[in-house]
Amino acid sequence: MSNLNTTASKGGILSRLIKWLRSGKGQRCIIMITFMTVPLLLLIGFTYLPFFKMFEFSFFNMKYIGERKFIGLDNYRDVLADKEVMNSLMLAVYYLIGSFIQLALALYFATMLSFKTKGGSFFKGTIFFPYLISGIAMGFIFKFFYTRGFVFDTVLTRLGFELENLPYWLRDKGINNVSLVATSVWKYMGQNMVLFIGAIMSVDKELYESASLDGANRWHQFRYIILPSISTIIVLNMILSITGSLSAFEPPYVITGGTRGTATFFLLMHNMAHRHQKVGKASAMALILFSLIIIVTIAQKLIFKYVFSDSNEDVSKKTARMLRKQRAKEAMR
Amino acid sequence: MTFSQRALYILRTFIKYISLVLITFISILPTVSTVITAFKTEEEYTSTNVMTPPNSWVYFKNFVTAWKDANMGLAFLNTFIILVFVLIGSIMFGAMLAYILSRFKFRGNEFIRNLFLFATLIPGIATQVTVYQIMHSMKLINTLQGYIILMMGTDVISIYIFIQFFENISVSLDESAIIDGCTYYGVFFKILFPLLKPAIITCMILKGVSTYNEYYMSNLYLQNKSIFVTVSTSLYTFTGPYGNQYNYICAGVIITILPALIIFILCQKQIYSGLTQGAVKG
Repeated sequence: MSNLNTTASKGGILSRLIKWLRSGKGQRCIIMITFMTVPLLLLIGFTYLPFFKMFEFSFFNMKYIGERKFIGLDNYRDVLADKEVMNSLMLAVYYLIGSFIQLALALYFATMLSFKTKGGSFFKGTIFFPYLISGIAMGFIFKFFYTRGFVFDTVLTRLGFELENLPYWLRDKGINNVSLVATSVWKYMGQNMVLFIGAIMSVDKELYESASLDGANRWHQFRYIILPSISTIIVLNMILSITGSLSAFEPPYVITGGTRGTATFFLLMHNMAHRHQKVGKASAMALILFSLIIIVTIAQKLIFKYVFSDSNEDVSKKTARMLRKQRAKEAMR
Repeated sequence: MTFSQRALYILRTFIKYISLVLITFISILPTVSTVITAFKTEEEYTSTNVMTPPNSWVYFKNFVTAWKDANMGLAFLNTFIILVFVLIGSIMFGAMLAYILSRFKFRGNEFIRNLFLFATLIPGIATQVTVYQIMHSMKLINTLQGYIILMMGTDVISIYIFIQFFENISVSLDESAIIDGCTYYGVFFKILFPLLKPAIITCMILKGVSTYNEYYMSNLYLQNKSIFVTVSTSLYTFTGPYGNQYNYICAGVIITILPALIIFILCQKQIYSGLTQGAVKG
């Protein structure tokens, strides 16, 4: 009897389950599970799990294989006392200055190319194309470019410099980091420029027309129309370049391998992990970098909350409204 | 226009074009110099200056040697396979997740969005120390599928592009289809997915470029370079035995750049707009 009862209730559960699955709510549930499982698994498996493991590893003295020993905060202490690490943080300043120059150049050329220019799309294309060259190809190109007596030296000697007076671009410690930063500017300036052009293009065309009718010159147009309407994206890029310069990696990795004082923080960490197999110390470095990035990001959020609190509203529209009001006032007079 | 205004206008135009020509020269000089060198015979390469044009612009021996020695046929095949799977996978999963996050209100929706957003702050290359261990324990090192799964991983930018796109498609479209007896799967695959075409193209370009150029992880996870060589790691062949024989190296570099150049010339507009869209939220 009792057996029969349970099977009956089981059947009941099953049929109720099927009914529920066919209902709207059940359908919703099924599609949510099937559509989200894989992306979430990938996210957890390859981003969050490694991240938490890294946190754990940073407290151990360990290699990839073999025993590990808990050493508390020693890894962090070692990293912060390391002279090479301090040097690499100084290098971040080079990259930061480089990226500010890059943003300024990008803004200059973006403004120029947003207006009618002969051969505009050709110039845009050639300035942008370096962004599509892979890091490793770029490494070879610039090793070749900077080699003694090769491309760069040839151009400079044609301009009247003496070869003997020129430094070894990748070897001399005074200049090699500047050479590397220049390659990074070379690669990413065009990409920034395209972003800025996109932002400038989204500014209401009417604004330029009415402004030039009012006798505004190009500088006025730039200062009072373009700059305010794209200030958000400029500031965002400036902040991003702080994190970018902290995690600069590609130029030294592909061109110098980090020799002769060109090792950035990221490169040191890479060597620590994969060449010296000091997994614990490398993890500690990664977490220090991560906390720096978090600090910068929080600063960015605060800046945008308090300085650009009206950034949600399209600035160009606001300016347009202001202009219209002014004109109406003038008409009244 | 008065005289001084005209003079100012001419001066400004002059500065404008001079600076444009100068920056274009700087942008193409490194690449052009590799093209010049790629066409030189070994003898020419050692005897002439790097900027002297080659005797013949149809001397292709360097390209042939580079192609063979770096095993580039296999490299292009592997990269093609990787591209196909990574693009299909990341676009499907990205669109599916974006569909759920933009169309379904449920507890945890905001949390999942933040989870993806926060992941962008974790420096990717830094976590490779532990990702390597995970890949090792799953026996995925030195396999194409392992690398493909890793590259499909979390592509936050495409998820955001899709979410933005979904939010611009009217919900009434879904609702009327549901009333007509369509399932949620039907709504997604038959109605919404075809509408996503512009967003899909954007994501394909962004992801395609980054996958084609990716070399750090392929170097780390596809160590057996005689089988799993990709376009970017094939260039590594030139670091050892070739040393300073830049005529071969440059030919190899040009071969890898050429597909990117062709795609760029063909879809310039889409690449620009893709980048601009990807940067808004990313």
